[in-house]
Amino acid sequence: MAATQASKEQKYDRQLRLWGDHGQETLENAHVCLVNATATGTEILKNLVLPGIGAFTIVDGHTVSGEDVGNNFFLSNNSIGKNRAQAATELLQEMNSDVSGNFVEESPDKLLDNDPEFFHRFTIVIGVHLPESTCMRLGSVLWSASVPFLVCKTYGLIGYMRLVVQEHTVIESHPDNALEDLRLDQPFSEFKNHIQSYDLDSMDKKDHSHTPWIIIVAKYLEKWLSEHNCQAPKNYKEKEAFRQIIREGVRKNENGVPEDEENFEEAVKNVNTALNPTKVPTALEDLFNSEQCNNITSQTPAFWVMLRAVKEFVHNEGSGSLPVRGTIPDMIADSQKFISLQNIYREKAMQDTAAVSKHVERLLQSVGKPPESISEKDIKLLCKNASFLRVVRCRSLAEEYSVDSVNKDEITSCMDSPDSEMVFYLMLRAVDRFYQQHSRYPGVYNYQVEEDISKLKLCVNSLLQEYSLNVNIKDDYIHEFCRYGAAEPHTVAAFLGGSAAQEAIKIISHQFVPFSNTFIYNAMSQTSATLHL
Amino acid sequence: MADMDEPEKKRSRVVELTEKMVVDGGNGLAACEWEGRWNHLKKFLERSGPFTHPDFEPSTESLQFMLETCKILVIGAGGLGCELLKDLALSGIRNINVVDMDTIDVSNLNRQFLFRPKDVGRPKADVAADFINSRVPGCCVVPHFKKIQDLDETFYRQFHIIVCGLDSVVARRWMNGMLLSLLVYEDGILDPGSIIPLIDGGTEGFKGNARVILPGMTACIDCTLELYPPQINFPMCTIASMPRLPEHCIEYVRMLLWPKETPFGDCVALDGDDPEHIQWAYQRSLERAAEFNITGVTYRLTQGVVKRIIPAVASTNAVIAAACATEVFKIASSAYIPLNNYMVFNDVEGLYTYTFEAERKENCSACSQVPLDLHFAPSSKLQEVLDYLTESASLQMKSPAVTATVEGKNKTLYLQSVASIEQRTRPNLSKTLKELGLMDGQELAVADVTTPQTMLFRLYFTS
Repeated sequence: MAATQASKEQKYDRQLRLWGDHGQETLENAHVCLVNATATGTEILKNLVLPGIGAFTIVDGHTVSGEDVGNNFFLSNNSIGKNRAQAATELLQEMNSDVSGNFVEESPDKLLDNDPEFFHRFTIVIGVHLPESTCMRLGSVLWSASVPFLVCKTYGLIGYMRLVVQEHTVIESHPDNALEDLRLDQPFSEFKNHIQSYDLDSMDKKDHSHTPWIIIVAKYLEKWLSEHNCQAPKNYKEKEAFRQIIREGVRKNENGVPEDEENFEEAVKNVNTALNPTKVPTALEDLFNSEQCNNITSQTPAFWVMLRAVKEFVHNEGSGSLPVRGTIPDMIADSQKFISLQNIYREKAMQDTAAVSKHVERLLQSVGKPPESISEKDIKLLCKNASFLRVVRCRSLAEEYSVDSVNKDEITSCMDSPDSEMVFYLMLRAVDRFYQQHSRYPGVYNYQVEEDISKLKLCVNSLLQEYSLNVNIKDDYIHEFCRYGAAEPHTVAAFLGGSAAQEAIKIISHQFVPFSNTFIYNAMSQTSATLHL
Repeated sequence: MADMDEPEKKRSRVVELTEKMVVDGGNGLAACEWEGRWNHLKKFLERSGPFTHPDFEPSTESLQFMLETCKILVIGAGGLGCELLKDLALSGIRNINVVDMDTIDVSNLNRQFLFRPKDVGRPKADVAADFINSRVPGCCVVPHFKKIQDLDETFYRQFHIIVCGLDSVVARRWMNGMLLSLLVYEDGILDPGSIIPLIDGGTEGFKGNARVILPGMTACIDCTLELYPPQINFPMCTIASMPRLPEHCIEYVRMLLWPKETPFGDCVALDGDDPEHIQWAYQRSLERAAEFNITGVTYRLTQGVVKRIIPAVASTNAVIAAACATEVFKIASSAYIPLNNYMVFNDVEGLYTYTFEAERKENCSACSQVPLDLHFAPSSKLQEVLDYLTESASLQMKSPAVTATVEGKNKTLYLQSVASIEQRTRPNLSKTLKELGLMDGQELAVADVTTPQTMLFRLYFTS
């Protein structure tokens, strides 16, 4: 048992550094369903099997064709004629013995007819190359069951992904460039007491040049406030004057030459961001004002209970601010000064977290749930990430496709640039329409390419008319989509395979922010776009 | 969706293919074709379209070229390399060579899908080639368990396109320099036949980039050196006397404590892959941290700092390799205009791509024909010249070796890589250029790992 854990730590080391052991655990508890083992489908699964999802199930009623083997790494030519779900499961499963692979030799339509609840067991369902009708049916079942649905398609040189999830909460969004939470504009009492112990003027040389810049800025700010009627530096002129005062704080040697005090340089450099007012991010305010936050019941998920607790904190102990994050960036300082300053922030964060915990307890009690329902660990994690909490909500497919709720504005404004990626979305819709009418895709056989152009154009026009979309689609795109003949070149499938798998991992782990809600990749120009449909 | 042609045509095509199977012995491998195998690709090779390359002409010969003649080199059989080999093999490329100097490690298995636990310790190139050749019938990947520097221009010249999935900037620059050295100029005009396109991919966590380089024509690796983030090295005084982060404690153990205590023997260097070494380093780092009340030292962090580990996942490698392979296909088939010329990708938040044309640097030390000048006072020490070569943003050399012709004789002024020569030439570092006998306007030849060719500089004295 210990041996397997150790070898898993080694094997997964490079990804554990991204999503941690707790993230890995969510993957290992996940069961992913793939509908249709086309090249796109197996590439997506490959990128989920390798990082160690618990299990996958492939649903596919097709038999393997020669064409399938040609672009799919997980089908071999001796599986031609066999069921595709089974054939692909063998070669995918073989990559990682930690993963359990299953297959269902059935078309999704049949399953939806006979046993739609089959799909309820999955952590996420990934539907690849589904005809529109199947997609809508499956989408409806999954929406009612609150199972996330990821729709993917490779069509010629175009990749398409649509995420369908009602509400997806993210505590650990891991933002790339987060601002620090230093509270210099509203120092808490423990911080104020701490800086009292520093007298910059009377320090010896060594201490002076190894005092953390946070303390330097705080001291000089205190002085400024007392001389400026408690008004912090606001505009460029004042900030520059403030920076200059700090510069002048650098000690000089016996010849009047300023010493090399890097910590003071850091202070000057950080004045701008240090003076940023502490405030609750607008996105978070919106969450505070949402229905789920304000209407806590015994069914409310932990995320919202904790968020409400944070809101209560903000309005009480926090005096309008979030719980202190508790981390500070590295800076030039001697160990003791840095550590003791870091501890001031850490202890304040712990205090604030404890206050939030009390609110959580109270809320849970008010709906008849035991305080242990939400762990201290989870509360601490949420408090630390309070500024970065995100909620992603996607419209259902039914809403996207309904004439009454189609997002006309998004479509028409994107199509102001007739070569925007939106044109590919419209073409994919038109192609689906063609399939519905002719039971085949345009241009599959060479002789069809020319004659299908006008047929496809009819589909385009009927689509635009039905949705009252006053946009123009260039003939070139209609020609190109006939040329594609529903081909699925491997490299485009592989690009989508990587993209979709990572989005699935985000959904499963609740770490990092998923896209919302439509992604288009154009391999001709190597460009992409995210659309809201 | 079986075959593309009408039933009558289908019958004759099968006959054609069968004949091909008999005649096409290939490389002594059993030629294995089956009906419809290349249907997905043929649509791009045999049909005209509104967005194709202006030079593109649909034909059945393009596929034959891809299958039989086209020769592609993949550099690296790791995270990107495995994906590239698969992508190229399934894009109709049969003649593939792959170079990788590494052996397989357990930590590779989360993304380098051509390897299994039983392969740990074996050369990546060999195992990767075996896997692809057996999974994709007819594909012939030839492995080279070597450093790229062990192969010469005769080797590199045989390829139509070279794709890199490297993990080091130094190696990229070397490859870049090699392809630049193959360029042929006639009367100052570049012979396009001597250009070997270089497709370069790189990944780190959830970020990556793919670029197309046409040596001598578009921006090369050195033209955009600033795009590569500098490696973070902590200041020595922090490490030695005022650590604040757990990383500082670990660096202290690696850089100062290990050389002092040589815990596994006198000349035994700290090996990041040896768990015993890391365990020792971890324990000592904990002790160091405790001294300063620093928390956060873990085994994982220790290994990460010692080995300078970059986090990696399968998905990012899949995306970037796919983008690179798409470009190989475009260039090999002339079907579409290739990427011009740099794409970045980031899926930390949603999915983000940005595509732009990286510009050539006018005085690029690698690809411009502009002579390289050095301006120093005759009283400057040789060390200052070396500092310039390593610290200049546009040169960023690692350990340059400098030779010059002094009084008619070729003299090595300084060379670091051979211990005996290093010792002999070390005193030169503190001598002035004048003392070393150098003259105004003379040539200095500089060799470095970042380039396969010696670079010539002209030394000009300032007053």
